[in-house]
Amino acid sequence: MLELDNLHIALKGFQLSADFSIRENRSTAILGPSGGGKSTLLMALAGFTPHSGQIRWRGHNISGLPPSNRPISMLFQENNLFPQLSIAQNVGLGLRPDLRLSAQDKSGVEEALARVGLEGRGADLPKQLSGGERQRVALARTVLRQKPIWLLDEPFAALGPALRRDMLDLVEDIRKVQSATLLLVTHAPEDARHIAKSCIFIDKNKALPPVETERFFSQPAPGFKDYLG
Amino acid sequence: MGGRPEPVTRPSKIFGWAALFAVALLVIVPVLALLSKAGTGGGGALFWPAIRFTLLQASLSALISVALAVPLAKALARRRFTGRRLMISLLGAPFILPSIVAVFGLLAIWGRGGVFSDLLAMADLGPLDIYGLKGVLLAHVFFNLPLATRLLLQGWQAVPAEHFRLATQLDLGRPARFRLFDLPILRSTVPTALLLVFMLAMSSFAVALALGGGPKASTIELAIYQALRFEFDLAGAARLAIVQLLIGLTAAALAFRLGRGAVFGGSLHIGYHEESRQIWPRLLDGVVIVAAALFIGLPLLAILLNGLNGLLTGLPPGLFGALKTSLIVALTSTLLALGLVLLLIHLINSVQGGGRIELFVMLLMATSPFVIGTGLFILLNPFVSPFALALPITALVNAALALPLMLRILRPAMQRAERDYGQLADTLGLSGWSRFRWLTWPQIRPELGFATGLAAALSMGDLGVITLFAPPDTQTLPLLMYRLMGSYRMDAAAGVALILLASSFALFYLFDKGGRHA
Repeated sequence: MLELDNLHIALKGFQLSADFSIRENRSTAILGPSGGGKSTLLMALAGFTPHSGQIRWRGHNISGLPPSNRPISMLFQENNLFPQLSIAQNVGLGLRPDLRLSAQDKSGVEEALARVGLEGRGADLPKQLSGGERQRVALARTVLRQKPIWLLDEPFAALGPALRRDMLDLVEDIRKVQSATLLLVTHAPEDARHIAKSCIFIDKNKALPPVETERFFSQPAPGFKDYLG
Repeated sequence: MGGRPEPVTRPSKIFGWAALFAVALLVIVPVLALLSKAGTGGGGALFWPAIRFTLLQASLSALISVALAVPLAKALARRRFTGRRLMISLLGAPFILPSIVAVFGLLAIWGRGGVFSDLLAMADLGPLDIYGLKGVLLAHVFFNLPLATRLLLQGWQAVPAEHFRLATQLDLGRPARFRLFDLPILRSTVPTALLLVFMLAMSSFAVALALGGGPKASTIELAIYQALRFEFDLAGAARLAIVQLLIGLTAAALAFRLGRGAVFGGSLHIGYHEESRQIWPRLLDGVVIVAAALFIGLPLLAILLNGLNGLLTGLPPGLFGALKTSLIVALTSTLLALGLVLLLIHLINSVQGGGRIELFVMLLMATSPFVIGTGLFILLNPFVSPFALALPITALVNAALALPLMLRILRPAMQRAERDYGQLADTLGLSGWSRFRWLTWPQIRPELGFATGLAAALSMGDLGVITLFAPPDTQTLPLLMYRLMGSYRMDAAAGVALILLASSFALFYLFDKGGRHA
């Protein structure tokens, strides 16, 4: 269980509060108007935005931990790769931050790349890849890090519908194997329906507790109705 | 570049060519005059020593400024603290600070009668002496450490915030961070910074005039000044001016090849926020930042305090006349430069091979005012007394020298305006003047204010070409201040320094604010 206990974020001219729990080993979507605080919530969970209240994972308070010690991998919307490192090195950073990869590490990197459909591309540089392929590389790194919580901040927003669905399927497949807990920020209701078991709506400075996806769409909250228009 | 030349009506192109022709005339004719004179006799005992000293001090200035800028930029990039914005503004101050005023402030801190000498005296140690190479280097580091720091900071600014977060999340160690961030940032910024400081140090006449001198510490420009003003050795001056031009052109060509980082302006928002929990790196960064703030801030404070004191003891005669003259020269040269640069950018955008015109204008950076001034002096001398034309020539030369700076600031802004709204304007049939009035002007206003502010402040504080020409009864504020210093009337000079500083900053502030608010 991931518990947000009286979580409150106050930035310049912006407020957000959340007070609920998220179930483990499933995908949860976060929806809401742009500028509402979807990304900010993920940033707070990952340890990049200060907040009051507690974040607990399996009963342990993780609020005070530095980002690298949290049980969390985060995928950003863009810039997930260092342009001057090869694909294999970018993935390898997930295993060894100093990039001193053993033969075993290297085969692990190669496996992870194969898992996301990029076998043999390890020596390429990020600029030689398409936008979708770059996000696959970042996903491969997430696979290797084996953290129990994945935070995805609209990483596929720039892709077309078919490609986006493929990527979501890939994410969901791998997530199941690792029994990870996934939080996906998206502005596309169809993405939420596609992989999320439950959905969180962020409205007027408040993140509402997760609702089963079917009920979320069949009995929408008043704010969500307005959002869909 | 959009690649698509914007529609231009013929008359405005003609004005553009006329502007280019005028600038070329202003630069090339004096150079030709120099070439014609250089061969004919004349001595010039300072020739080789001056070249040697110029290269030495400019190289050392560049190396020291950039070497110190690296830890400072790094500390400012990764720490968030109260007063950080103030510190960044402080880094912008020396650039528009009139050099003679800066020298005055530096003397008050580091000079023989300055604060540190007084402290040393208490420990029975001799006073500091900052004349010669030491002083020139001190002044150049004072001017250029902030500039180099801002340049380097822009390298950090170009790194996406996600990369820093990623590094934190993956817990990358210091070697990996160095390899991923510091190394590429430094590689892309340090060479440009070195060359820029080198060029500025080569042609900072006022510093050499106030702190250098003699066979051991004369720059080429100082040697030109002495040859013209005291020995009337036109050939010697011409030869020196040609050497100065060649060195400057080489440096400028190198800088141009390195590509053009936006050197000026920008708010310097950096996504780097490293909450390092280790005490030593934080302490070290703190020491670096405080030391830099003192190094830059103390001379400014000294100028303020001494200036107030000086003004209370009485206003020097001629102050208001000099202030008026300076304002007129500064505003004239600014307006002239603004008109020229807008016409030139228009031309660059609308003709094939506009890049070559741009290169030509950028090369003006290499032409020290002394080169142009010397050439004009030689040209005018047979016909009129150059001394009678001191002020118009100063305004003209200042305008020409502001062009590269303004071009560098305005060109990207105009390109951005075209990129964002050019097609909209095309579909609406906006062209010529109405396109400029309704599309370009509102879009580039902030940059326009910033660029004209810089040009006005620099012209206001300029103590360069005016020294070649000015007769005793003509004076601008910087010249008045220099003359007062020369006759050891330090209180009066301090008062003038404060007025000069205040009017330079006020000009910059007014133009810059005017650009940002309707």
